[in-house]
Amino acid sequence: MLALDIRNLNKKYPNFQIKDVSFQLEQGYIMGFIGVNGAGKTTTIKSILNMVQADSGEISILGKNIAEHETELKQDIGCAFGDIDFYTRSRLKTLTGITKKFYKNWSDETYYSYLNRFKLDENKKIAELSTGMKVKYSLTLALSHGARLLILDEPTSGLDPVSRDDLLDIFQELIMGGEISILFSTHITSDLERCADYITFIEQGQIVASSEKNEFKESYRLLSGSESQLNEVKGKLISCKINSFGFTGLIHARDIDPAWSLNTAIPTLDDIMIYFAKKEGVYV
Amino acid sequence: MNVTISSTSDKPIYQQLHEQISAQILGGELESGYCLPPIRQAALELHVSVITVKKAWEELERNGLIHTVTGKGCFVAEFSPDEMLRIRNEMVLKQMEGDIQYYKSFGLTLDEVIALLGKIY
Repeated sequence: MLALDIRNLNKKYPNFQIKDVSFQLEQGYIMGFIGVNGAGKTTTIKSILNMVQADSGEISILGKNIAEHETELKQDIGCAFGDIDFYTRSRLKTLTGITKKFYKNWSDETYYSYLNRFKLDENKKIAELSTGMKVKYSLTLALSHGARLLILDEPTSGLDPVSRDDLLDIFQELIMGGEISILFSTHITSDLERCADYITFIEQGQIVASSEKNEFKESYRLLSGSESQLNEVKGKLISCKINSFGFTGLIHARDIDPAWSLNTAIPTLDDIMIYFAKKEGVYV
Repeated sequence: MNVTISSTSDKPIYQQLHEQISAQILGGELESGYCLPPIRQAALELHVSVITVKKAWEELERNGLIHTVTGKGCFVAEFSPDEMLRIRNEMVLKQMEGDIQYYKSFGLTLDEVIALLGKIY
């Protein structure tokens, strides 16, 4: 079953739009949602949750259309948007007390186990928490009501390496049973290299690719050679960097001509994001 | 079963997994009938994605090294010494093909390569 099925999502703002966004996440897997700042990650995520009204498109979660079953489906979704910056004068206890009333399947046991794991003190006020602690608290809330789909916007940002590692462990523990699915956006691509099964890459409001992680990386190559060889391949490169040693550029694996005597390597997720961002620079 | 994964290596992780486990099976360390850990548990413990483990296990199955019993798990297959030799040679040859490109790029002849290999083997 598909945990998340997004088809032809469109949303237009005066200076920005997401255009024909479509991707699917199979139940029981982790998908990383990547793209530079302003690429449309948060807009997409907010549209999924109906927090911004999309102009058109269809979204199904766990097999049900969200437009028709919104209240019901939201019981099954856990979401977190980085840290919490509302009701900062309230104690965690108070905020939890309010949040839990909305969820039928709220589990105090789960909640306290995460509080313990994250070393959070229930009697503290939101304002007294560090950024990382706020992120952990918002994740605790997202994880405590038996959600089957977690939609997390940059959950690892603001966390130290130890907490990030622990959070990724939690993600992998959660999907162990094959029941829970996770979609999370991030800039920290090493997190994805470790635990993501699928990658969806958005750029300027459009999905560039959405596929299994290795397939995604292997559909591109880093090509390097001398400056004189550049002319031969330039038209096919997504973008390139030139220095005194020659050039390095990103190319679609399918565009590679076996006759070229150039070095090729599989790019990292960072490489792909960087070279795609450079492409835009060319047109400006 | 003993596996070390390097995230900085050029080799995809599923391939590292596949190679190390194959070597242990073909080297006799993992005996036939040995039960591999379930995919999702292995992913959690090795800190890699579920699909990565899945791919490695599938590759092992394709090479005839393990077989899946639905509902029970993946087990190291039984094979004759001949078969073992054939699979081992296949894998070694595949690795050599890549290495040979490197030696050729220096313009070495086969005899020169063998002589050099002899020095360090």
